Amino acid sequence: MTTEPQTLVTPDMTERQGVWGSERVSPPISESDVRKWAIACYWPESPPRIYWDAAYAATTRWGGIIAAPDFNPFAWPVEREAPTGMTNTPRSGRGQRGMNGGQVDTYGVPMRPGDVITSRNRLRDWNERETRLGPTLFTFSETEWRNQRGELVKLRVSTGIRY
Amino acid sequence: MTYNVHFEDVNVGDSLPAWSRTTDFMSWNRYAAVNDEFVYIHMDDEAGRAALNEQGAFGMGNLRYAYIVNALHDWIGDEAEIREIGCQFRAINQKNDTLTVVGTVTDKKIEDGEHRIYLDVNVVNQLGDATCPGHAVVALPART
Repeated sequence: MTTEPQTLVTPDMTERQGVWGSERVSPPISESDVRKWAIACYWPESPPRIYWDAAYAATTRWGGIIAAPDFNPFAWPVEREAPTGMTNTPRSGRGQRGMNGGQVDTYGVPMRPGDVITSRNRLRDWNERETRLGPTLFTFSETEWRNQRGELVKLRVSTGIRY
Repeated sequence: MTYNVHFEDVNVGDSLPAWSRTTDFMSWNRYAAVNDEFVYIHMDDEAGRAALNEQGAFGMGNLRYAYIVNALHDWIGDEAEIREIGCQFRAINQKNDTLTVVGTVTDKKIEDGEHRIYLDVNVVNQLGDATCPGHAVVALPART
């Protein structure tokens, strides 16, 4: 006879708590990537000039083009861990189901063309409680982005939900 | 320097100027292209239905987040700063939905040397469904 575990917290989580994982380094950000990002996000209207007009951007307090805060310099890696896609096989069993519980992003200095961003991630903490889904584990992970000068660009706290 | 809005001009209860887009494959595919977010549920109606969305393919949460960024940026202008955004992805963004970013000022204070405005934000569809409740903090210039 098998019994359900008393907790969804695994020994691996306890080991990893607060420990920064390996770093990822982005390619240098290009003006063209910043412009394309802005066009896509503002489609079908034109994006603000700060994202694509170097002459205008030079007159602002930034002194040049900046990227939108949500710009992703890590898009399009050459080497990938796994193909993107989604399994259609529903997972079942306690602790095997999950969902995205949202995110909070705190922004520091803006990203600029030429910047190289370094990212690292860690499991910050968690809490476990009874919800309408049954015993539910909320995990909080931090992802930190810094530029080549070590300045904080973004700190994301992501909430993962398992039940 | 040009600024759209100053700290002194904003009051608790003020509304963020509404910002809207009607979304379909033209917007989703462009976002997929820049964010390298090619996921079948956002590209293919059969995959969307297999993921239990009867209407087929659906939009990515990250694009709704981008719309929140855009709405805040267009309100505060090129030289003020978005300091924080938090949100949860709730209802699905269906094809041809008209999404509108809405927001209300909940607080304003001087903090860490910045003049900050706090807002509740959301992305609502044409039916009034709240698809992306969250909050934001922006840092504005002050007149004094």
